[in-house]
Amino acid sequence: MIHSDAHLRRMMLIRAFEEKAEELYALGRVHGTMHLSIGQEATAVGMGTAMREGDYLLNTHRGHGHCLAWFGSDVRLMMAEFMGRETGYCRGRGGSMHIANVDANNLGANGIVGGGLPMAAGVGLSIKMRKTDQVGVVVFGDGANNEGAFHESVNLASIWKLPVIYLCENNQYAMSMAIRKSSNIADISQRASAYGIRGVTVDGNDLAAVHDVMAEAAAQCRAGEGPVLVEAKTYRWRGHSKSDRQLYRTREEVLDWQKRDPIPRYSKVLGYDEARLEALRKDVQAEIEAAVSFAESSPEPEVSAILEGVYA
Amino acid sequence: MRELTYAEALREGLRQAMRADARVFVMGEDVGIYGGAFGVTNGMLEEFGAERIIDTPISEAVIAGACIGAALTGMRPVGEIQFMDFVTLSMEQLVLQAAKIRYMFGGKASVPMVLRMPGGSGTGAAAQHSESLENWFVNVPGLKVVMPSTPYDAKGLLLAAIDDPNPVIFIEHKLLYKTKGPVPEEAYRVPLSQSVVVRPGAHVTVVATSIMVPRALEAATTLAGEGIELEVVDPRTLAPLDAGPIIASARKTGKVLVVHEAPERGGFGGEVVACIAASEAFDFLEAPIRRLAGLDVPIPYNRNLERAAVPQVEDIVREARRLARGEY
Ligand SMILES: Cc1ncc(C[n+]2csc(CCOP(=O)(O)OP(=O)(O)O)c2C)c(N)n1
Ligand SMILES: [Mg+2]
Repeated sequence: MIHSDAHLRRMMLIRAFEEKAEELYALGRVHGTMHLSIGQEATAVGMGTAMREGDYLLNTHRGHGHCLAWFGSDVRLMMAEFMGRETGYCRGRGGSMHIANVDANNLGANGIVGGGLPMAAGVGLSIKMRKTDQVGVVVFGDGANNEGAFHESVNLASIWKLPVIYLCENNQYAMSMAIRKSSNIADISQRASAYGIRGVTVDGNDLAAVHDVMAEAAAQCRAGEGPVLVEAKTYRWRGHSKSDRQLYRTREEVLDWQKRDPIPRYSKVLGYDEARLEALRKDVQAEIEAAVSFAESSPEPEVSAILEGVYA
Repeated sequence: MRELTYAEALREGLRQAMRADARVFVMGEDVGIYGGAFGVTNGMLEEFGAERIIDTPISEAVIAGACIGAALTGMRPVGEIQFMDFVTLSMEQLVLQAAKIRYMFGGKASVPMVLRMPGGSGTGAAAQHSESLENWFVNVPGLKVVMPSTPYDAKGLLLAAIDDPNPVIFIEHKLLYKTKGPVPEEAYRVPLSQSVVVRPGAHVTVVATSIMVPRALEAATTLAGEGIELEVVDPRTLAPLDAGPIIASARKTGKVLVVHEAPERGGFGGEVVACIAASEAFDFLEAPIRRLAGLDVPIPYNRNLERAAVPQVEDIVREARRLARGEY
């Protein structure tokens, strides 16, 4: 990977966005629920930097980072969506769980665990039928690979050699269910062997490592050699959603993973000192504040337009 | 009488069923240490242990299927689907297996299971966490469909559903979990397939399900101030439906409003309307039977849109008032 300040900034922007979203939620300025990916930013940015413009993304419910790491993302439109505004990515209809940027081939986050998996096979099939060199990336959690849909999708992609990267973010838990209880294998990437495809496990908190594995997987897909299962091992710092007492894990475990924070880790690679990091933090914060102002000054959808757009 | 919340009432029912019958167990996503996404099974792991309060992987097809298999072979499973939306992933097992096994096998097998799930909107969780799919199940012979609207009914219907030798789809409502009401301490049953008049009134019949029952009662209080008396009927079990009290009420008032949260098109309201229209109450109707239901739209995220997508108290007040005043 070619190291870049931009990658660090992108991770910090994701972190700052989610911290702000969390704060606005606590203040009642954002409603519903949200799934924060704080601590997992390296996987999102490693994925985004490895893909090409024109590729497709099918995202998860914990997908704010991937959305912001994807081509042409605009944090203002994201914030506006959180606030249910007409200017948001989904015109206020979707919210945190459904953010899509269809113009950039980001086919959306998904409220359904594993919901993107079957569709990913269709995206791969379409790429193959249209004979382009695009790749589809589908992101899902460690919990999602226990849905039947995972197996149907990976199998189909394997027999038809579809250009799909199955990116499993193993953040150790599916809500309260620890991976060691939900699965009988040590690495989710082992499941690739059941379908005769390549499976790789990577340190999901290491930006460069994620990038390299994803870039290699993309190259394999573009060469017509079929799908790859990538497992990025990482950790969710926050509760599952907005109503999680976190009785299923210890404070020590969380603190231990917080020591593996991907942001300082990458800033060290770039040789940042605290002063430079602080300057970047301020810069990112200004962008977030501008996004909040943009969102707050945007109109809400007209209630009279509620039935608009159910059908094309 | 002692008051409990709807969630507490369900929990008490589950506890009593499990204490009384070793065959009863609970299975679903995050029902153990997490206590269920809406806290219904909170604390039950401590009492009954992980062998009877079973956390599953995220696998809705096999949650439903494992309930069926266990029920077929002597157990009394109570499955939980975390949000009703996700039962779409269980449909084959429920519709093509659970519902049909008994009849297909000449009545020689039965599937005594309950599958609990919260439906409905109002939490800002948008289109994939707000579904009201009850009528999908109503259309499947062999399944029973229950929708309690009060803590009292929640406990009593749950205990009756667990006793029942058939697969019961037990639909709770997210916004009802924290509502309070009187709940007796003993393990009483509310029989399935018994509609009930929850508020007598002379002028307009309101047939309402789930969250729409408390909303209809609130509307009734408002309209009582205007001299309009609503009679509110809660079917409680949607299938098989006890249409008698609904028809009797329609016959009495001559004016009927049917209210539910699910989209109007193909909704349960159509079934209620048809039951009335095809009955002896037809000759007593003084106005067209009206439906007030969710709009035919996915539930939007924006708060104002979400609210506008399903009937609110003021909508029931407006519609019932128009019926009462002969404006239809
Ligand atoms: C089909 C389905 N089942 C259950 C849920 C509820 N749910 C949402 S996220 C989640 C946990 C998902 O875990 P994982 O796949 O590991 O992703 P993570 O949240 O850890 O990022 C659950 C149970 C859902 N949204 N969809
Ligand atoms: Mg996970």
